[in-house]
Amino acid sequence: MTNEIATLLDQTATRLFGDLVTGSTFSAAEDGIWPEQLWNALEENGLTQPLVSVENGGAGATWRDSYVIVRAAGYFSVPVPLPETIAAGYLLSQSGIQIPESPLSLISPPEYGFSLTKDDQGAWRLDGVLPRVPWGRNVGYVIFSYEDMIVSVPVEGCTINKGSNVAGEPRDNLTFSNQAVEAAPGAFSSTQIGALIRAAQMAGAAERALEEAVSYAKERVQFGRTISKFQAIQQNLAVMASETAAAGCAAEMAFQAADYGEAEFEIAAAKIRNGEAGDIVTATAHQVLGAIGFTREHHLNLTTRRIWSWRAEFGGASSWALKLGQATIDRGGKNLWSDLTARYIDIKEYTSE
Amino acid sequence: MSAFRFDICRLPPEAEALRQKVWAFFEEELSHMTPLQRADSWDGFDRDFSRKMAAKGWIGLTWPERYGGHERTALERYVVLEEALVAGAPVSAHWIAERQSGPLLLNFGSEEQCHKILPGIAKGELVFCIGMSEPDSGSDLASLRSPAKRSDDGWLLNGAKVWTTNAHEADYMIGLFRTSTDPDNRRGGLSQFLIDMKTPGITVNPIVDLPGREHFNEVVFEDVHLSHDCLIGTEGEGWDQVTAELAYERSGPERYLSSIQILLALVDELKANPSERGTIAVGELMARLATLRAMSLSLASMLEKGQNPSLEATMVKDLGTGFEQTLPDIAQSLIDLEPDPDSGSDMQMVLSFLIQAAPSFSLRGGTREILRGIIARGLGLR
Repeated sequence: MTNEIATLLDQTATRLFGDLVTGSTFSAAEDGIWPEQLWNALEENGLTQPLVSVENGGAGATWRDSYVIVRAAGYFSVPVPLPETIAAGYLLSQSGIQIPESPLSLISPPEYGFSLTKDDQGAWRLDGVLPRVPWGRNVGYVIFSYEDMIVSVPVEGCTINKGSNVAGEPRDNLTFSNQAVEAAPGAFSSTQIGALIRAAQMAGAAERALEEAVSYAKERVQFGRTISKFQAIQQNLAVMASETAAAGCAAEMAFQAADYGEAEFEIAAAKIRNGEAGDIVTATAHQVLGAIGFTREHHLNLTTRRIWSWRAEFGGASSWALKLGQATIDRGGKNLWSDLTARYIDIKEYTSE
Repeated sequence: MSAFRFDICRLPPEAEALRQKVWAFFEEELSHMTPLQRADSWDGFDRDFSRKMAAKGWIGLTWPERYGGHERTALERYVVLEEALVAGAPVSAHWIAERQSGPLLLNFGSEEQCHKILPGIAKGELVFCIGMSEPDSGSDLASLRSPAKRSDDGWLLNGAKVWTTNAHEADYMIGLFRTSTDPDNRRGGLSQFLIDMKTPGITVNPIVDLPGREHFNEVVFEDVHLSHDCLIGTEGEGWDQVTAELAYERSGPERYLSSIQILLALVDELKANPSERGTIAVGELMARLATLRAMSLSLASMLEKGQNPSLEATMVKDLGTGFEQTLPDIAQSLIDLEPDPDSGSDMQMVLSFLIQAAPSFSLRGGTREILRGIIARGLGLR
């Protein structure tokens, strides 16, 4: 059953992205034009809130099922906050906050520069700056975790200072003054869930970069033959393929774990591993494509510039490695393996089927 | 669409239940072993221990009962293997037979060969070696020349095999020999033989390896007579028979866990002497370890379903052997201690052994370059 949903979601996402994410979508997006038609199609086809139950208008899918959507968003470099909307919607639903019908964004809890207080009536108020909000100018709400709460901030009425990541995707600073916000208890951290979606996007982007590099190597002729015939190129592309495969497995493992609640280990592993894969994949793709790949004219940059942005968001590799390493060292060598294997014991799956 | 596919799986409850039993057995049986001894990993040789594991029913786990097997799943077998590797159990006396020789006979051997051999392997009593490489044929296996010629009553073998692990201990060899030559088909004309190592004319000469062990050998054949029934499968189809099993050989947990003892020692060392650089490195290693295990498990489950994910298996072996090979170097870079074989310090002794053992990880069973060539073919590059 669960696989049927994943197959359907995969086919829908691949078809819509393939049809609607074109060269002109990117040039329009870089000119600041919101791809209304694309977003409406994603909403109409149930891709924006796959994790919401069928009764509440969603697809009733699991994180594991939804992996294919986020992966495909990375593969097609989709220039809308679809992964952010899926992740933010999940955090809201977990906290019992109504999910608004608009694009949503997601940030890590800011370390400074804002305050969240209760007013005289007991309602939550936000003051200060939420930094580098993905698609801040286009979304209705920004969601983040703060202490043991999930906070939903309406964007309307704030001051927007536009910014971007290295891929040209909006990353805006939003300044609020006495903004009424919703807050409710929630267990999941927005840093974790953000790292989860970025890991899957990077896995999808790595697949795309691999396809670009392989097909270019088969076409480009130098020294009288396609460069795919040179062992040096073959060996590098083989490494790139294995790294791409590892990225997909790490991300899928983390999505599967997210269905079981506590998934920090797998999410950390995926963000670290996919950052490492991302380094190798982007470097190899650019090496194989040579000078043409080093232009904005060729579309390889849509993929590689996004990987360079995503690997640093929601915790870079070293901050996650510090956490994962500390947790491992605290437990000692004696428990390392049994802790790892225990994470794969899947009691729920056997009792529910 | 992608040229490769991994289905992420979780282990079934019967496999996890078995893990507890296997773990408890190793805890008890191996309590005397030092980290240095455990670091020998699947090269540790102990016939008595193999018999004990067999008595538990953990050798030939997936084989038919009529051949002494236990008809359990490949995922249960996977758990036995990974727990053995992490415990550093001395499994070498049955490892090759259980992983390769037995399955090969099951696939291509005669009923008579299976009845004669498989129960002995499943009891942990028969040690196997594999005769493939020759002095002039390593990565280019199809160039091998050692001849097997038809004689009146069977076959006559000559030539030499080299780098043959456990030949000095083995009861049998499965050897790949040239039975004919066709300049247009280098991979044709090779045949596999079941060779009793006590057959006259076989000489085993030990070769000392880098860490100083004598576990691999040169095996010389001088007019070695074999009966007709020693041919395995079909004459001339040895190449296809050898390659049919590669997904099993390439994706198992021994392709990323060979140097796990140094990671365990490193974690304890960093607990006693913390450093931020060391903590980050451990986090990165755990990310790679968890991903490799997910990939390797995924292949075990695909094999269990009857698929043959040979490209994916090659990827896992390349990634896995890279990981296990780099572990001693990373540990050394983080710890300001010399690799000292006589120090009495577990960390230093394990380090000195594994630094020297690690170069073999990306050579044995197909070099890194050969594996990457196979992956490149899977990508359609050649």
